[in-house]
Amino acid sequence: MQQTFEIVVIGGGPAGIAAAVAASQSSKRVAVLDDNPRVGGQIWRGGPGLAQPKAAARWFYQLETANVRVFNGARVIHADASARTLQAETTREIFPIGYQNLILATGARELFLPFPGWTLPNVMGAGGFQALVKSGLPIAGKRVVVAGTGPLLLAVAAYLCDHGANVARICEQASSSSLAAFALRMLAFPGKLREALSLRYKSRFAKYATQSWPVSAHGKISLESITISESGRLREIPCDYLACAFHLIPNTELPRMLGCHLNQEAFVETDELQQTLHQGIYCAGEPTGIGGVELSTIEGRIAGHAAANDKRAAAKLFPARARYRKLAAAMKQAFRLRPELATLAKPDTFLCRCEDVTLHQVRQHNSWKSAKLHTRCGMGPCQGRICGAAANFLFGWNIESARPPVFPARCESLAAISSLTSSLTTETEPPQFHGGFQ
Amino acid sequence: MPENVTVYVNDLPVTVPTGATVAVAVMLSSNVCRTSVSGEPRAPLCAMGACFECRVEINEVRHLRSCQVACEPQMKIKVGR
Repeated sequence: MQQTFEIVVIGGGPAGIAAAVAASQSSKRVAVLDDNPRVGGQIWRGGPGLAQPKAAARWFYQLETANVRVFNGARVIHADASARTLQAETTREIFPIGYQNLILATGARELFLPFPGWTLPNVMGAGGFQALVKSGLPIAGKRVVVAGTGPLLLAVAAYLCDHGANVARICEQASSSSLAAFALRMLAFPGKLREALSLRYKSRFAKYATQSWPVSAHGKISLESITISESGRLREIPCDYLACAFHLIPNTELPRMLGCHLNQEAFVETDELQQTLHQGIYCAGEPTGIGGVELSTIEGRIAGHAAANDKRAAAKLFPARARYRKLAAAMKQAFRLRPELATLAKPDTFLCRCEDVTLHQVRQHNSWKSAKLHTRCGMGPCQGRICGAAANFLFGWNIESARPPVFPARCESLAAISSLTSSLTTETEPPQFHGGFQ
Repeated sequence: MPENVTVYVNDLPVTVPTGATVAVAVMLSSNVCRTSVSGEPRAPLCAMGACFECRVEINEVRHLRSCQVACEPQMKIKVGR
């Protein structure tokens, strides 16, 4: 039996929770579908069960007390905009959900760039490593290097120090002058500046190096040490874990599959009510531009109110959104990736980790499509989420359309979605199911 | 709710805090989730459900992302395939 809701929110992070709570205030029937075992997204990972910031606790309480149906551990593998139906898969079943209005709050993931040794166990994302620690990985006494770029590095380092890790270094690829310019612009956001200072205080025993990035990781069966470049000099640091990511990229696979228009910077384009060019499909949070948790919740609230047809409540939030978009713009400028990062991978470094395709193999081609067809790069289970983003940075390639299933799915799920022929026949290319399992 | 959960990774018991994901249980035991197509050991990368490096078999269902599944008592996890 298909359940239908007036408003369906995809993603249970800050934007999704705020959207659902706001929409429910207009007495709409609202559902949230979230891929994770608990709501909270990545930044509030672990949900209400864990110690969370005050703002998170408030939102969790509001979500619990609102009339919102939450589906945990449910990933949307197909969406049919004309039938207004989604297909969601859990580890046990596949089920359809109908909607009148849809709010996409699919969040962001970290950008990973290949360098020799990046496939070794214990080389992980920065937020990814934090997520594992939040999920119960003990790290007391472990030696960790935090590397990459963005404000997240400081937050991760502070969290790890709080949990007893020995953070050997924080390697920020940006220069000290661009960080200084960013700090100046942060003066307009005293709360955020205080937060940054407190994070730095918590991680004060870790050296914070600017113009610094990982060059290679070493180890026999798992990570033993890394070589970093620091202001032009190479230095080897022994460590148990490398937590490394080059800031965030939006999860736009589902919006793209629904036909939402992306702007030049590959973010989902929306109007002032967070509505995409598709009537009835809204988008909020990181997919519309990387802006952090405050901007995400504001956009989520606007989308929720707008989808529930309360435009007045939505419009009240426009000034707050404009303010936090300024911070997002400053962040983008400060943590722009330096071109040297595109030269770290060697010819024999795997670019595609799913199919073990080397940089050399991929470089023989002049487009993502050609590389995919000839090398299987991007054809594995991650469907190009990791290597596609890296190839976009390395070669400037346009990573094209998304097709169903949005995630690898079980055969029974593929059978269920292939019965939705209406959407498949509107695809510009013939449907090709890739990454299907069993 | 009990404080800890015991699961089995390739038949060896591992005890993790309640709420821990399967990825954590694997990292505390074999530290390898899967073997890549060219034979390399692989472990979690993104830990957020995007990269699929952490996929394992859980209770005879293959290719599940261990970072997205919470441990349940007596779960049988197979890694290294």
